Amino acid sequence: MTLWKDFNQGLIKENPVLRLMIGLCPTLAVSNTVINALGMSAATAFVIICSNIVVALLRKIVPDEIRIPIFIIIISTFVTIADYIMQAFTPDLHHALGVFIPLIVVNCIILGRAEAFAYKNPVLNSALDGIGMSLGFALALGSIAVVREFLGAGSILGITLYNTAFAATIMVLPPGAFITIGFLMAFLNKMENKVQ
Amino acid sequence: MELFGIFFAAFLINNILLIRFIALCSFFGVSTKIDTSIGMSFAVVFVMTISSAISWIIYHFVLTPFHLEFLRTATFILTIASLVQLEELYLKKVIPNLYRAMGIYLPLITTNCAILAVAFLAIDYKFNFMQSMVYSLGVSAGYSLAIILFAYIRDRMVLAKIPKWFQGYPIAFITAALMSLAFLGFTGLFGL
Repeated sequence: MTLWKDFNQGLIKENPVLRLMIGLCPTLAVSNTVINALGMSAATAFVIICSNIVVALLRKIVPDEIRIPIFIIIISTFVTIADYIMQAFTPDLHHALGVFIPLIVVNCIILGRAEAFAYKNPVLNSALDGIGMSLGFALALGSIAVVREFLGAGSILGITLYNTAFAATIMVLPPGAFITIGFLMAFLNKMENKVQ
Repeated sequence: MELFGIFFAAFLINNILLIRFIALCSFFGVSTKIDTSIGMSFAVVFVMTISSAISWIIYHFVLTPFHLEFLRTATFILTIASLVQLEELYLKKVIPNLYRAMGIYLPLITTNCAILAVAFLAIDYKFNFMQSMVYSLGVSAGYSLAIILFAYIRDRMVLAKIPKWFQGYPIAFITAALMSLAFLGFTGLFGL
C-alpha cells in the first residue's frame, strides 16, 4: 500500500510542474512538438530513476555534510550518459533539444527528490517514487505539447490533422508556451474548487 | 560590429527568459517584489560574467588538451557552485555594501540554470574569449531587463480585478506570454 502511495503522489497530487512549480524551463522550452516532449520526458525519467536508485543505495555511507555535492555528481554522471546515448541513437532529437539536455542537471525535480525522498527511503520505494515523478513530469509536458502542436502546427506527432492555413503559429512560438500553461493552471484551479 | 551583434542578439532578440526559457524558476519566484528582482539581477550580472570566463578557461585549457570534454557537465556545475562561495567570501570582505545589496540571492544563484546554460552555449557557439564575455554580459542584461519589467507589472497587478481562477500563477504566465510576444517583435532587428 505504501509502495502504491509513493508511486502515485507524483502523478497528480504533487505533480512537479503544475503543483510544485519546479522544472519549468524544460517544460516550456521543449513542449512545441509532442516528439520533443516525449524525448525530454524519457531523458529526464532515465536520470531521475537512476539517480534515485543510486542515492538510495548510498544513503547509509554518504556523510551528511557533503551530501549535496555528491548528489550533484551522481546526477551529472547520468545526465552525461543520457546526453551521449541520445547523440548516438537519436541525433535529430538531440539537436532539437540542444542545451536543455545538459541542463537536466539543474532540473530542481531531480535534486529535490534525491534530497527529500531517496536519501531517506529504501531502494524499491525510491525507484517507484522516481517512476511516479517522471510520469507526472511527462504528463504535464505531454499535455502542454499536445495542445501547442495541435493549435500551432495543426498536427500531433507530426501527423497533419487539418489545413495548416488555419493553425495559429503563435502557439508553437515562445508566447504560446506561457499562454498554454497559464490556462492549464487556471483550469486545474477550477477543477480543484469543484471537487471541494 | 560583430561583438555589438552578439550583445544585442543575447540582450533582446534571444532574451534568455522570455524567448529561450532558461531560468524561469527565478523569473516567477523572485519577481513578486521590485527590490528582490533588482537584487537578483545584480547577482546574476556579477556571477554570470565571472563564471562564464572561468568555465571558458577551464574548458579550453584543461578539458580540451586532455580530451575530457565528456566531463564538462560535472565540471561546470562544480566550478560554478564553488565559485559562488568564493565570490561570497570575497564580496563580504572587500565590498560589503554590494554584498548586502545582493543578500541571499548570491547563494541561490548556484541553482539558477542561466549561469550553467551560458557556459554551455558559449562553447556550443564556438565563441572566443572576448565574444563569450560580451555574450554573457548581453544575456545577463537581458535577464535583468525582463525580470525588472515583470516585477513592475506584477506590482501593478495587485490593484487589478482578476478572474478568480486566474489569480496567482496563471495570470503571471499570461502576462509573461504578452511580454514574450513583445520581445518576439525584436526578431530581425539590426538584420540579425
